[in-house]
Amino acid sequence: MCLAIPGRIKSVDKKTNVALVDFDGIEREVNVSLVDVKKGDYAIVHAGFAIQKLTSKDAKEISDLLEGK
Amino acid sequence: MTLNIIKKIEILAKEINRDVVIMELCGTHTEAVAKNGIKKILPKNVKLLSGPGCPVCVTDQKDVDAIIKLALNDVPIACYGDVLRVPGNLVLKADKQKQKLSLNKARELGADVNEVYSTEDALKLQKEKKDLVFFGLGFETTTPMTADAIKKGLTVYSSHKLFIPAMQVLVDTPTLKIDGFLNPGHVSAIIGTELYQKFKLSQVITGFSGEDVLLGIYMLLKQIAERREEVENEYTRCVRPEGNPVARKLVDEVFENGDAFWRGLGNIPNSGLKIREKYSKYDAKVKYKNILSCHSELVEESLESTGCICGAILRGLKQPKDCKLFNKKCTSENPIGACMVSSEGACGIEAKYL
Repeated sequence: MCLAIPGRIKSVDKKTNVALVDFDGIEREVNVSLVDVKKGDYAIVHAGFAIQKLTSKDAKEISDLLEGK
Repeated sequence: MTLNIIKKIEILAKEINRDVVIMELCGTHTEAVAKNGIKKILPKNVKLLSGPGCPVCVTDQKDVDAIIKLALNDVPIACYGDVLRVPGNLVLKADKQKQKLSLNKARELGADVNEVYSTEDALKLQKEKKDLVFFGLGFETTTPMTADAIKKGLTVYSSHKLFIPAMQVLVDTPTLKIDGFLNPGHVSAIIGTELYQKFKLSQVITGFSGEDVLLGIYMLLKQIAERREEVENEYTRCVRPEGNPVARKLVDEVFENGDAFWRGLGNIPNSGLKIREKYSKYDAKVKYKNILSCHSELVEESLESTGCICGAILRGLKQPKDCKLFNKKCTSENPIGACMVSSEGACGIEAKYL
């Protein structure tokens, strides 16, 4: 139930607080009203909401993992 | 890296030289432990126990019954998929076998029960079904989403719970000897690290990959070996000391603390979240008070014991294999207790992976 996964923010609609988030190739709309994120950031997403922004160091690790580095 | 951690765990376990009991509090941890075969690779004197952190498992029968009652009275229901098969205490009066009803069974009887992935989906559904009631359940991770939806006009039946009071019950159970807790990662992403300080016990906030869990266990063993009782954070990539204050403010605006019944643990003071009076228009317990309190022609409550020991399992006092129903009368296909229903329940996981 408390499962949450990291995704990369592709774009943010500031008016609605809805972002388009890329989860390893699958894109979904995510509510980002609980976090301060911009394009390119990574966030942990639970039940349609981003609950925490990942630090840039961790984002790089995840990004490297996804690119197979 | 993983092999290295396993080696370090073995060295520490030898050094401690006695049985060590660690409880993984979160159901998502229990699943990660089983999926990665972690129990099998741990040294013999390091024992892992599952805790009460499966929200579906601890949802009280009375809450399930209330939602079923609404559903059988033509109120459309939206809920997360995990709770669909959880039995309450209601049975059909006409059913001689007295089989306890779940939301799935209510759906078979013609009720309008809709599975949703998020509250945003529930809000979309509400446009077609204006009387829709969302079954709000879960811990601090999931509550902000419900609060947001209530502010947007979604009617909710709240069974939301707080994690810290449940930990207090475990700490106060004299028969339960625990050396350390693996604290829940995503609950902590919201509440932060400070609230755990009141427990004088070794604790590590832990993430959900196999490596995270192993590292969490290693950090706990290190604390135990050095006789430290601290709150450490393994899951730093997601959990900040202050948690998520924006989410907490939102929850506080919509909800207030109240007593709550937990399946297996009973009534825990101030462990539940009820909708504030300001938002009572969207509180299903207020809006549908008549249906919830009225006598039903169709169903009745059956308090006949099934023999299920979910309660003791949720408190770490018994293991799934101690239950005489486990994998016999109670199976994944035909679950009797909530712990067998949920993908995060100790019994369901034991049946699936072991």
